[in-house]
Amino acid sequence: MNWLPTLLILAVAYLAVFLEGWCGLLRYCLGAQIDLLPALMVYASLTNGLASIVLLAFCGGLWFDSLSLNPLGVSVLPLLVTGLLIYHSRELLLRRSVFAQVVLGMMAGAAQPLGTLFLLLNLGRLPLLGWFSLWQWIVLAAGGGALTPLCFQLFDRLHDALAYQPVTPPAFRADREIKRGRL
Amino acid sequence: MLKKSHLIFLLVLVVLALALLKLPGETMGKFKLAVSGLFLPLFGLTGSAHELLGEAREGLTPKRELQRQIDQLQRQAQEQQLLLSQDAAVWAENARLRALVGWPRQTRWKLKLARVISRDPANWWRSLEIDLGARDGLRTNCPVLTAAGLVGRVQGVGQTRSQVVMLGDPNLRVSAVVTNNGEVGVLFANSSMPQEDGMIDLDYLSGNSLVAPGQSVETSGDGGVFPRGIPIGRIVDVRSKDYGLSKEARVKLSVNLGALEEVMVMIP
Repeated sequence: MNWLPTLLILAVAYLAVFLEGWCGLLRYCLGAQIDLLPALMVYASLTNGLASIVLLAFCGGLWFDSLSLNPLGVSVLPLLVTGLLIYHSRELLLRRSVFAQVVLGMMAGAAQPLGTLFLLLNLGRLPLLGWFSLWQWIVLAAGGGALTPLCFQLFDRLHDALAYQPVTPPAFRADREIKRGRL
Repeated sequence: MLKKSHLIFLLVLVVLALALLKLPGETMGKFKLAVSGLFLPLFGLTGSAHELLGEAREGLTPKRELQRQIDQLQRQAQEQQLLLSQDAAVWAENARLRALVGWPRQTRWKLKLARVISRDPANWWRSLEIDLGARDGLRTNCPVLTAAGLVGRVQGVGQTRSQVVMLGDPNLRVSAVVTNNGEVGVLFANSSMPQEDGMIDLDYLSGNSLVAPGQSVETSGDGGVFPRGIPIGRIVDVRSKDYGLSKEARVKLSVNLGALEEVMVMIP
């Protein structure tokens, strides 16, 4: 198995979670912090195997929760469910279509916070919820939709730069070789 | 369909995630700090970059401007020195009078400066991480403030970092007093507004209290976590609740929680 795509996804998830904690510009401008993990999950589940999905859900979820007041592990299950649902039906999806990527990113961006909130409320935690949460949810969904095609482009470029390129067959064909000799 | 081995793998992961969720609070806190320790190299890198930028900016400031700032700071330091000596006399008098009446002696606040290294990436909590930990004498529930007023309290303590829960988070309720008339209430999160607007609700005020916009609010000292007298903010508006039995006020925080770079932690 080629582990490079999985390692790249995990490295981007690590940086993404760090940036979400460190950079407050979007939160200041929009009133909500955009989450990159659902967009990454859409990419992983459309282009990679089950191991990538599971590792991204587990590591990404734990990293996210470790910087947050969330109970540790609460983001893992919603990410995993999102990834598995897309993985299950990926043969039916036009994964190279930007429109499909945007729609899937929006759906994942909207489903992830809902799943996490569902778990939080069931665990007896009382997160900060109100009318403003609706705006934050819209921002998260729109952010997921906008970031997913960017994820595809980023990983395509990384893949081109780092992975072995497939060997293209040479133009030479033995049956079309012009044999020169004495007439 | 998934293979049997894949299904087992997934089941193990789900059980592991559920087991993590069921960890007791203290263990989970330690585990969290251990996991977030993976980000230490990046936090260190950003800290160094911040310092380098600061040095570069200082290098660009003209000498005349620096001299002007030094003169201004020296003047301020002299004024502060004078105030401090007056303050020391008042403290001594206060301690003597308290001893005469038999009241417990007041202690000075011991403060340590900390840098904010990250904020909560989730939208439904208000917390941040600072670069001080148990090594620096921090403990759970230490109050966190700035020169402008209260920020929150320490929620979890690691060796070198701590998690601070801020005003406006549902996990933090603070007993507060209106300075002008001594009315006591409890500060709650105001979820209908974004955090950057800096509004918070002061609830459980008595129905006949004379609370009005513009009055300042500070910690009451009840509850044992926050000492009395830390400024919190000013009242913006007041409304009656429960058919006039109680009142609720909106308080504009004196600290801009969205733009914190350094905070001070009150060490016991």
